[in-house]
Parts: sequence; C-alpha cells; structure tokens
Amino acid sequence: MLTEFERRLIQATQGGLPLVARPYEVVAEQLGCSAADVQRSFADMLTRGLVRRIGAVPNHYRLGFKANGMTVWDIDDAALPELGPRIGALPGVSHCYERPRAPGWPYNLFAMLHGRSRAEVEAQRIELRALLGKACRADDVLYSSAILKKTGLRLKDD
Amino acid sequence: MAEFPGATDLRLMAHLHGGFPLSDHPYAEVGAQLGLSESEVIARLQRLLEQGWLTRFGPLFQIERAGGQFVLAALAVPEARYAEVTAQVNAHPEVAHNYRREHPLLNQWFVVGASSPQQAEACMAAIEIETGLAVYRFPKLREFFVELKLPLEQACAD
Repeated sequence: MLTEFERRLIQATQGGLPLVARPYEVVAEQLGCSAADVQRSFADMLTRGLVRRIGAVPNHYRLGFKANGMTVWDIDDAALPELGPRIGALPGVSHCYERPRAPGWPYNLFAMLHGRSRAEVEAQRIELRALLGKACRADDVLYSSAILKKTGLRLKDD
Repeated sequence: MAEFPGATDLRLMAHLHGGFPLSDHPYAEVGAQLGLSESEVIARLQRLLEQGWLTRFGPLFQIERAGGQFVLAALAVPEARYAEVTAQVNAHPEVAHNYRREHPLLNQWFVVGASSPQQAEACMAAIEIETGLAVYRFPKLREFFVELKLPLEQACAD
C-alpha cells in the first residue's frame, strides 16, 4: 500500500519531473519536505518496483516506428507458462501478458509488436508463430490507426 | 513541423531510458556522461517534450505494486458515433491511453489505471452507462514482459 507521502509524491510527479537544475528540490518545496526525502522515497519505490524507472518516454510513432501491432494468440493453457516468457524475451516485443478470453474472443496471450513498417511487424509475427508451434490454435493482429489519448497514469484524490 | 531530432537528441533520449540520477544536480550528471552542459540537457529535454518527440519525462509508476490496477479494455464502437464515444471515454482521467485499432468488432482499445480495482471497475461501469456500449475487460492475469527499448539511434524521419 502507499503511504500518504508516497501518494502525494506520485501526484506531484506523475505529470513529469521539473526541468530545472534541482528538480527534487522543487518537488520537495511543493510537499513541504527536503530534497533528500524525495530522493530517498524514489529510491525505495524503485526497489519495491512501485517506480518502474525514472526516465524519458519517447513517442515511438513520431520517431519513425509507425507500425504498432497488438498480436493476440489462442494458446493452450498448459503451454503458456513456458511459452509466455520466451515470447516476451524476443526483441521488438513489449507488453506481453496473459489475459482472459471473452465471448467471441478466444485469445489469451497478448504481445505488442513495434516496427518501422507493417512488413517488419509481419516478419516478427511469423517468427512468433514458428516459436509457438502447435500450442497456438489461432491468432490475429490489431494495428493501431490513431492515438486517441496518451497521458499515462493520473491518480485522483480519493 | 519541428525538425527531426539530431544525433545528440537521439543519444540523449536513449541514454535517459532509465536510471535518471537521484542526486542534487541530476541533469548535470547526465550531461557530464554525454559531454553536454546541465543547461543544454535541460533545454534539449524541454524542446523534445514541447515538440512531442518525448511524451513525458519522469518516474513511471507501477501502481499494481500498491494495490492499484491497470486494465486493458475494448469497445465495439459504431463508426457513426466514433468521435462522440472517443470523447466520452477520454473524459475519464483514469483512461491513460486510448488507441483506435483495426478490427471488425473491437475497434477502440484503452487502458484504465486507478489506485484500486474498485475505482477501475467504477470507471468502466460509468463508460458503459455513458456510451451504452459493453466494455470488454482484459485485466492482466500474468505479466511476461513489459518495457520496450527500441533502437532510437536508428530512428528515422519519413
């Protein structure tokens, strides 16, 4: 669970870190604590995995990686624990998850593929299909054709 | 149209994937590693964000580690109502990303991020009432891989 301080720290920085020489001091002033408190809390949240990383999020689409395909796979449940991590480890794959099936939706493995073109993504799909072999009963790809929103997490006040 | 980032910008973005220093002068530290001054690092980041080459810069939170939840959700939106439904979905602060995807049925995919599963569910239930459409819920059951690191140095303009 979050401490009250962590919750306030997340709310103060979920939009980004200040672009000034001493960014942690600016955040600390807002929260009424010291820059050392802010740094210590971030270090602790990194250790606990509550902060995945502190860094830049590139706009891959604008930078030329225009093709973004959400591949979905219907995998034999028994084979998933072994195959999931192998798919996730392939270069160009991100956001590889097991998710529930739904009516009219037989797929239980999702893997996002990125490339400069759809041809690049299709080549990766062929690789994935070969790796999955007979454990895969059906698959599909959903290409994104527009980014409708991309703000990231925004915690509300309770 | 802003000029495509040059080699130094791309190097900076790749370097800032993660590991931003938790120190009093983090931008100066980054600059020292790249042969740039503190003010140059800050100015470049400012421009990359303003021009949309970076979508954000700062800590990336993994809210599940603190009882929160991210849920992938999908809608089958009638084409004639696409803009209206997009606005209704995007109006929720819990909606972190939203993409149009090419699929005969599920053509809008968004991610709901909230500080509790109850809050995420309330958001999806509200979207169902507002839009009159069923929200397909795909919570993650298991995570195999998440973070993507694309070869930014090979990024290219159209």
